[in-house]
Amino acid sequence: MIGEDRTTSSDDGEEGGLLNATFGALGRVLMGFFAEFGRIVLLLRSVIRYIPTAIRSRRLVLEQMYMIGVGSLPLVLLIGSFTGAIAALQATNLFAKFNLLALARPFVGGSIATVVFTELSPVLTALVIAGRVGGSIAAQIGTMKVSEQIDALEMMAVHPSRYLAMPRVMAALVMMPMLIVFSDLVALLGAFLLVILKFTFQPADYWDSIRRFFSVYEIVVGMLKSATFGGVTALIGCYVGFNTEGGAEGVGNSTVRSFTLSSAAILVLDALFGYVL
Amino acid sequence: MIVIDNVHKAFGPKQVLRGVSMLIPEGETTVIIGRSGTGKSVLLKLIVGLLEPDEGTITIDGRRVDLMSESERYQMRRRFGYVFQGAALFDSMTVADNLVLGLYEHGERNTEVLREEVVRNLVNVGLLPDPRTVSASVFNQAYEILANKKPAELSGGMRKRVGVARALVGSPEYIFYDEPTTGLDPITSEQIDDLVAALTHKLDVTSVVITHDIFSVYKVAHTVIMLDEGLIRFRGTPLELRSSHDPVVHEFLERYAHSHAEVP
Repeated sequence: MIGEDRTTSSDDGEEGGLLNATFGALGRVLMGFFAEFGRIVLLLRSVIRYIPTAIRSRRLVLEQMYMIGVGSLPLVLLIGSFTGAIAALQATNLFAKFNLLALARPFVGGSIATVVFTELSPVLTALVIAGRVGGSIAAQIGTMKVSEQIDALEMMAVHPSRYLAMPRVMAALVMMPMLIVFSDLVALLGAFLLVILKFTFQPADYWDSIRRFFSVYEIVVGMLKSATFGGVTALIGCYVGFNTEGGAEGVGNSTVRSFTLSSAAILVLDALFGYVL
Repeated sequence: MIVIDNVHKAFGPKQVLRGVSMLIPEGETTVIIGRSGTGKSVLLKLIVGLLEPDEGTITIDGRRVDLMSESERYQMRRRFGYVFQGAALFDSMTVADNLVLGLYEHGERNTEVLREEVVRNLVNVGLLPDPRTVSASVFNQAYEILANKKPAELSGGMRKRVGVARALVGSPEYIFYDEPTTGLDPITSEQIDDLVAALTHKLDVTSVVITHDIFSVYKVAHTVIMLDEGLIRFRGTPLELRSSHDPVVHEFLERYAHSHAEVP
């Protein structure tokens, strides 16, 4: 009996230890998450504080606008055209599967436009930008951090948030909606070519459908989303860059980390937008 | 005057400084020596507020650095020039832009003023000839070639000199040098030592130099401070350092002399 009691008590102790360890680990992860989130919010506050200096620092903002906007345009056009074509393919295939294609013809263009404007174009473009621009920002600032260039800026009494973060966040906020406009246009063209060539739609059916179902609200939602995604991507890229440690390996890790965090943030924000708007 | 009082600093479990107190006399060159990882660079960064001490205080002209607001801290930093170990030049900028970035960002947009500042400081560090000793066309040609170069196009010694020139912009009262001769050949190291000594004298600034190079110590130091295990192990003149009987100081000097004697 005594032996049995001991076994039970030892098992309880092990279970209790495991439970403690599990909650302890979970607690540490949560604390780490909130601490990191808090630091990103502090960086955002600092960036907002320096937005009034954007006119004075317009050269820096314009450089970043060129890098983020013009530099990303070819990739965005490529992704946009395929996004439209794939959306059209999936939609028409679905209607064809249920023998509803003839019936659905007047709605195909409009439904593709809605999905592209509000969801596919902003999210996919943002994910591409998270890889291209977010990674590049994290690598640039991370390299500056590990080579003491950020300290050098501090010693010149130039605040790194003003000189590095604000222009990047501002440029991303401005350029992302512009990129989305291009992405939307090529997506509609991609979808148009697909439904014309593969499903022998009449061009007029497709454009009429878009005209009938087109709403400025959808475009505005898409642009609002993309501006938010762009700003968050740039902010996270800056944050990760400023916290880079450990030489070339650290810079490489920061690039990956920036992409991972930005992608997660984009998807979470997209879900929030879907719920709110 | 800079007063450091009982400063402690740790990074995670590693205690780097364990109660360092010192005065940095004005108008002189203080050289801080010690093995790698003894907190020399950390001490410099603590003074200018790039790092925060865990305990203790640092006072500059009677004002505690840890109590300064962010804007006061930036204002204070404008009185300092800082030469980083790897020069920390901005890769994407030309030499001229590297030098005047601080002035430009603080609102100085007059290109003539900016050019004059670049010229003055590149002449000060010996990267450009004195304009009074050469013709204007020769000088302008030398200026255009150097000022438009990117850091990647410069040799190690030139990068260090540009780093020193950048630290001199704005006529600071204090210049901090973090291992200015590390990675340089002996001849270039000696030239940099001469430059540090000359600048302290010529510009009447207070200099703090971190180095492993004993030759640099003898060449530039008025006061030598040796850090060991996060504490001050020695403080005195270069002459007193040479004749010290402290076993740690002795070992440091011996090892340095030995390692240099082995060089063919």
